[in-house]
Amino acid sequence: MNSKPIEKNNTTSAKKIAVKVDDLTVAYNYKPVLWDIDLEIPEGVLMAIVGPNGAGKSTLIKSILGILKPIAGSVSIYDKPYEKQRQLVAYVPQKGSVDWDFPTTALDVVKMGTYGSLGWIKRPGQKEKKASLEALEKVGMLAFKSRQISQLSGGQQQRIFLARALVQNASIYFMDEPFQGVDATTEIAIINILKELRKAGKTVIVVHHDLQTVPEYFDWVTFLNVKKIATGPVKDIFNDDNLTKTYGINYKVSIQE
Amino acid sequence: MQFKILKYIQNYKMDITEYIELVFTDYTLRTITLGTAILGAVTGMLGSFAVLRKQSLLGDAISHAALPGIAIAFLITGTKDSNTLLIGALISGLIGTFWIRGIITKTHLKSDTALGLILSLFFGFGMLLLTFIQKQPNANQAGLDKYLFGQAATLVESDVWMMAIVTGLCLIVMLTFWKEFKILLFDADYTKTLGFNTKIIDILITSFIVLAIVLGLQTVGVVLMSAMLLAPAAAARQWTNSLSVMVFLAAIFGAFSGVFGTAISASQNNLSTGPVIVLVAAVFVVFSFIFSPSRGLLFKQIRFIKNRRDLELHKTLTFMHHIAKTHEDISHPHAIKLLNNFQGYTKNTLRKLVEKDYVQLKGNMWSLTKVGFETAANLYTKQTTEDE
Repeated sequence: MNSKPIEKNNTTSAKKIAVKVDDLTVAYNYKPVLWDIDLEIPEGVLMAIVGPNGAGKSTLIKSILGILKPIAGSVSIYDKPYEKQRQLVAYVPQKGSVDWDFPTTALDVVKMGTYGSLGWIKRPGQKEKKASLEALEKVGMLAFKSRQISQLSGGQQQRIFLARALVQNASIYFMDEPFQGVDATTEIAIINILKELRKAGKTVIVVHHDLQTVPEYFDWVTFLNVKKIATGPVKDIFNDDNLTKTYGINYKVSIQE
Repeated sequence: MQFKILKYIQNYKMDITEYIELVFTDYTLRTITLGTAILGAVTGMLGSFAVLRKQSLLGDAISHAALPGIAIAFLITGTKDSNTLLIGALISGLIGTFWIRGIITKTHLKSDTALGLILSLFFGFGMLLLTFIQKQPNANQAGLDKYLFGQAATLVESDVWMMAIVTGLCLIVMLTFWKEFKILLFDADYTKTLGFNTKIIDILITSFIVLAIVLGLQTVGVVLMSAMLLAPAAAARQWTNSLSVMVFLAAIFGAFSGVFGTAISASQNNLSTGPVIVLVAAVFVVFSFIFSPSRGLLFKQIRFIKNRRDLELHKTLTFMHHIAKTHEDISHPHAIKLLNNFQGYTKNTLRKLVEKDYVQLKGNMWSLTKVGFETAANLYTKQTTEDE
């Protein structure tokens, strides 16, 4: 599509492709939610997926991760099928997708991030506990490690989810609206962690709603509305033209310096 | 022997030691007590999973769905052997469960609709078959309706062994796959991304729930079985914030419901055991809902009132502090009229502040003490920093 030439011109073109999506089509009933998505995400970017409600942003992430079954298409992570590369990928679901009254503590939730590398039956031990505590410290939640999760604020719950993904020590992070319903302090804390991840060479893909903060937070962006509208570096493609194409109205983003 | 129990019981003078003695000496009572205790433990344990998955109604649907299986098993084999009938129950319970899942995944219907549909459909069909069986000119047909409300008195040793084996199996599987069960209950999508086959875990949990329900049909019956699943778990949830403690407590509550229920129904000749067990479990629930320290209604209310009082004190104190700041002397006295800026609690509040030495009363005039002034000042800064 129209984004291809831009990708080639980019300075990161020498980099490896972390995530490659081919012909991905997803439908819940008859109507397609995602139509024929081709996507290449280079290694080491911090990418926002933007688009209106119902554009299929969460669906895209869930289909890439195999939570939803697509009608057609394939996903590869570093040139191998996703199923073989799961340990390279971490997921931060929407905060509202779980019951926070579940009887467990913050530390326990973070420990769940180690379950994947442990595999079946084996229980987390000292090593996993240490890693989980470190992740909690990284998100500034160490003091809350023994808290019952329902007694945490929305922002704190989001940080716990982030810590659970960090403990997986993955190369690619998928996050579904991590800034939803969190206060400014938490938002800054989270974005700083995401930028650190990028600095460490990790790839971070975020479903994002606030268009105003896209240029400030991200260096890569994908416009999505059932079809892929555009994908590429923020500085090249984050413009009124693509926003209008995606949101269907004459959208003017005011990038004020 | 049976007569001996009745004699004890009808006089209702049986105290606990006598009852315990009887449990150990009387074969029938021992079998029933053991059976209901084991049943309560295993359903309590598995019920915790059902409650946390928000599948509370699933147990109800499964138990009702088991009824036609019992009737069909009888029609085919002609025996009333409980194990044979329960295999029929197991099969139709499982069919019902998979139909429910099918309806939820394949149609737009919500899970409660699917559950209600399968529940009434299977139960209706089961009742139809039961009436058909009763009209047959076969002397053997009587007694199948005990599966409706259960009849613990018909438990024999082999039934209890069966329960014990299933419970043991369930315990082993639960301990082995504890980590997998826990993460699936909390966040199924995430579990998938970690590479676990969530279908296998799910089928494992659901199968054990079906098995436990089927085991309880003879004792508690189709209609009340779901209470055995839910009540101990709901009670246990009130006392703990840890999954393992919750499952353990639910098993204990379930077992005690079984034992107490059997004891009460044994000491009152005409009470059937199943409903009494369920009522005892309900007492556990009500008690837990009221008296649990962290989630119970009673302590919640007490905490609420205490917080209200503290707030009133703080409010008056900060108000006085606010005025005092405008005066040279921090202990500048004020009439109560001036301090009465909110809803008439002032005098009581001021008295309490006097008790704490934050405020002093001279004649009709109230003034802050030095301690009170400092406390109020700190309170104020603390409040604002917490707001930020």
